[in-house]
Amino acid sequence: MIKGLDVRANERQFIELKEYIDSIRQSQGILMQTLHKAQEIFGYLPIEVQKFIAHEVDVPLAEVYGVATFYTQFSITPKGKHKIGVCLGTACYVKGSQLVLDKLSKELKVSVGETTEDNEFTLEATRCLGCCGLAPVMMIDGDVYGKLEPKKIPEILAKYKD
Amino acid sequence: MKIFRSHVLVCGGTGCSSSNSALIKQRFEEKIKELNLDEEIQVVSTGCFGLCEEGPIVIIYPEGSFYARMTVERVDEICEEHLLKGRIVRKYLFDESAREEKIKPLSEVEFYKKQKRVALRNCGVINPEDISEYIARDGYMALGKVLTEMTPTEVIQLVKDSGLKGRGGAGFSTGMKWSFAAPNQADQKYVICNADEGDPGAFMDRSVLEGDPHAVLEAMAIAGYAIGATKGFIYVRAEYPIAVHRLEIAIKQAKETGLLGKNLFNSGFDFDVEIRLGAGAFVCGEETALMQSIEGKRGMSRNKPPFPANKGLWGKPTIINNVETLANVPQIILNGPGWFKSFGTVKSPGTKVFALGGKINNTGLVEVPMGTALREVIYDIGGGCPNNKEFKAVQTGGPSGGCLTKDHLDIPIDYDNLTAVGSMMGSGGMIVMDEDNCMVDIARFFLDFTVDESCGKCTPCREGTKRMLEILDKITEGKGTMEDLDKLEKLAINIKETSLCGLGQTAPNPVLSTLKYFRDEYEAHVLEKRCPAGVCQSLLRYIITMDCKGCTKCARICPVGAIEGKVKEIHVINQDKCIKCGACMDACTFHAIIKK
Repeated sequence: MIKGLDVRANERQFIELKEYIDSIRQSQGILMQTLHKAQEIFGYLPIEVQKFIAHEVDVPLAEVYGVATFYTQFSITPKGKHKIGVCLGTACYVKGSQLVLDKLSKELKVSVGETTEDNEFTLEATRCLGCCGLAPVMMIDGDVYGKLEPKKIPEILAKYKD
Repeated sequence: MKIFRSHVLVCGGTGCSSSNSALIKQRFEEKIKELNLDEEIQVVSTGCFGLCEEGPIVIIYPEGSFYARMTVERVDEICEEHLLKGRIVRKYLFDESAREEKIKPLSEVEFYKKQKRVALRNCGVINPEDISEYIARDGYMALGKVLTEMTPTEVIQLVKDSGLKGRGGAGFSTGMKWSFAAPNQADQKYVICNADEGDPGAFMDRSVLEGDPHAVLEAMAIAGYAIGATKGFIYVRAEYPIAVHRLEIAIKQAKETGLLGKNLFNSGFDFDVEIRLGAGAFVCGEETALMQSIEGKRGMSRNKPPFPANKGLWGKPTIINNVETLANVPQIILNGPGWFKSFGTVKSPGTKVFALGGKINNTGLVEVPMGTALREVIYDIGGGCPNNKEFKAVQTGGPSGGCLTKDHLDIPIDYDNLTAVGSMMGSGGMIVMDEDNCMVDIARFFLDFTVDESCGKCTPCREGTKRMLEILDKITEGKGTMEDLDKLEKLAINIKETSLCGLGQTAPNPVLSTLKYFRDEYEAHVLEKRCPAGVCQSLLRYIITMDCKGCTKCARICPVGAIEGKVKEIHVINQDKCIKCGACMDACTFHAIIKK
């Protein structure tokens, strides 16, 4: 069960979000940008944040929720400390990225899209990262690891543990 | 302006950046300063050079020396030898450059020799974060010419005459598109640049945005003038942070220089551009879905007509052009339609950028005239398959395209030819596959993608692709029947004919083309329960060979106790118990376990 977000403890973040919304309020169709910003601030989009946005941007909560769940980059559940994204673009796939993903899943004992129990890692399969010359590729917190083989995985993960 | 005797160009594209090109550039700057050469030599971060396989790439002019697979450690030696003493460091050059006695400059390397760069002309040449470098390469001259010498009708006619077709996939005439929007009366019209490059393995639009962002801005302003729009949006994938960053810089610089904003070239024409980020939805590359997304809604496509040229963004007349299409426009204006038509074929003039990837030696970006044979792109430029493996197929057009075989290698590439053989141009992704790739698995891979990315609005796409995927799963698990193949085909044709938008209408292509050209592989899965390429996990058998030393490691690691054998004797896997997890193969230090 996911705990609700403590609105009072996160007051500063809400103020930051409000300031952002105020700065773009005169443009049309600002919901997507607002969700991007909110995710950057909170790390994910809990229902409390969605309610806040619905109120501020003046769109029904159902629509905010609809947009937040339509796009894969928005998440309504919290993520682990480290985000691992294995590229499943075609170039990586034909060079064996599925085997890399399977190995990670085995090492971390989670399925794709899940977060480890200790909240350290979230494992995701991503769309083409665009560095096809390095295939197969994965990204951990913005660092790209290329020309991967399943057997290199434990060593790479060790760098992020503890 | 300062004159430098030498320029060090470091690739700052996504591929090279991912292997630390920023640190390489930084080390060059430090070392050049240390050697007191910073007044004579300039270090520039450019866009993509194209040959991503050999990255990070550094080119030093005036010699055109091509240093490949650079590392930070090599920088000092290159600075001391090449930049200080004028001796090119042969051992770090790209192999082909250094193979013969005379060192080959970049322009004579096979990979570049056959290319004709129009859309990519500035990529890897200029610093994309400096508008003056773009202007020095005739940048914004086309916009100046259009605003001061031509009427909107003349601009549209010129683009029509050039025969430029949309490079995003469908290949619709760009001039025609503009001419539909121009006569519509409205208080506001829009120009949208579609930079939602979602096809896996295609990265030409990203490279143009990263390497030459002003070309796109200039073209958008030209399009705006032609149709009477004063506002432009660039809809770009959020997964492209470098491209977004460079676009932001470019827009800021263009505004400061007076090349975007109010009263451009004193003509009374205003044009402004805003960036909008996607959030990871493939369907948003489809124009009606893209507009929904810019409006801040779920990206779901709708029926056409009304076409965007009549009723587009917020109900206003809108044109949507792809990045590569736009990058061609300023060149066409400056050099004329006759020049543009001198490349390519009669029906498809100009050049096309392809992203080569997969099992190919020279992964990267190439721009060739339309009508170039697939063989030339894959073998002469791409260098063929690595490790002496046999070429099996090339997949063009991403999830909307199809797989072509070696029988198709001599087809001259253009829109019509690729469609005729059951694939499509798409955005220009070209993924090469060798004998180790299973075509049924590839078809399943693409279907998995489209099922995930279907927006869910129309039934054929939402339900149909899912049913197709289930059948493909069944086949790859060895449970398929021959009726399944017929069912697949029937479903595929129905989905193609009845889906709402391009996503569904093309989603079955990978299945149809593999069924047509690789039917024997499907039949091997169904009839013999065998995966000829050795990919489909459920159909594989793990076998211990004579190389086994009897160390018992595999037997100890097997989670289901399927391996038997005594110490120092060859072990055996009980196939009935084996769950094919592969743990034994990973554990074996003697490479004695193989899968077949």
